[in-house]
Amino acid sequence: MVNTGTISSRAVWEILETVTDPEVPVLTITDLGIVRDVKIDGDAIEVIITPTYTGCPAMDMIAMNIKMALIEKGYSSVKITSVLSPAWTTDWMSEAGKEKLKAYGIAPPNPKQQSCRTELFAADEAVQCPHCDSSHTHRISEFGSTACKSLYQCDDCKEPFDYFKCH
Amino acid sequence: MSLLIDYTLHLADTTLILSQRNAEWCGHGPILEQDIAITNISLDLLGQSRNFYQYAASLMGGNATEDSLAYLRKEREFKNLLLTEQPNGDWGQTILRQYLYSQFQYLLYTQLQDHKDEQVAAIATKALKETTYHVRWSGEWVIRLGNGTAESHQRMRKATDELWRYTGELFVPAAYETAAGVDVSSLKDTWSKKVNGIFEEATLPVPSNVYQQTGGKEGKHTEHLGYILTELQYMQRAYPGATW
Repeated sequence: MVNTGTISSRAVWEILETVTDPEVPVLTITDLGIVRDVKIDGDAIEVIITPTYTGCPAMDMIAMNIKMALIEKGYSSVKITSVLSPAWTTDWMSEAGKEKLKAYGIAPPNPKQQSCRTELFAADEAVQCPHCDSSHTHRISEFGSTACKSLYQCDDCKEPFDYFKCH
Repeated sequence: MSLLIDYTLHLADTTLILSQRNAEWCGHGPILEQDIAITNISLDLLGQSRNFYQYAASLMGGNATEDSLAYLRKEREFKNLLLTEQPNGDWGQTILRQYLYSQFQYLLYTQLQDHKDEQVAAIATKALKETTYHVRWSGEWVIRLGNGTAESHQRMRKATDELWRYTGELFVPAAYETAAGVDVSSLKDTWSKKVNGIFEEATLPVPSNVYQQTGGKEGKHTEHLGYILTELQYMQRAYPGATW
């Protein structure tokens, strides 16, 4: 058991840095930027998280995994609170997270201003192929295997790949 | 307070029912990528409805939960827009229903971002990002199909005939909308302008003088809603309280 009143917020953050996204297991929840705050009151810990996408089915599991990770390290009073505002954006993803995504074969999100508009038939966002680094790629579909990804194909190495789309 | 609950339920029911309709395409889409697209949209809408149901449940207190609100209310208690409960028909009809709704949702949630109720504003602000994708995707498909082959054009005209009579309701305010300080009638001009633009590009005529059906917001539905709920609520009706 962890002694009352001795919980350091840094220790909690270090544990949170080990909790991964079940859908994209190379990313931790801190890489994703979904942990908004950690509040400590005596021996009680409250972790404030925010969902990536409204319908992301991984959120319940992430909340459970955070709780389990903290309990395993001896923290027994853990509360997970989900907040919606301010709304999560891919701009909160860490640089380390973006590099991990690319190494995993998923193109990391471009800066937000490049997309998220309502114009129809706009030119495909220029996305770099995570395999061969070519920028000669095209979009197959704006919707991919999970809510956060769209599907691209590289015109040089011909490999299809996921793009973590701007949000 | 009870009017705010009604308004929140109206937003929840509308997104749930359209989500359920779109989910019927799962595994049946015309091609794999579009099957994935329509079910992604379904998932976004389901997430939005969960947020609204959770909020409604917190306002109601007592034993209300997001599940009891979705699974244990009857047809006449649902306040969704009639448009969202209309059958999928062919791909064209599903696309058109999505576009007509998403275009409306985009304008409505833009207004709701500044709503005086913080949680309604937070849900809308977050949902708007997803809705942006939905409007773009469905709008592009309306144009592709309307201005596609003779057959796809014909099917889009038929879809327009089927669905147009349910678009008027979007802009007729219910008492709970007015009480919530939301003016849906003010969205009509912009919506019409946007839709007319897309229809023009799609070479589809915009219908005029069509009788407009209303009632969904007050729980008076077309015959389709009962069948949707029969399927959606089956598990909780057959095995009350079941969890997984």
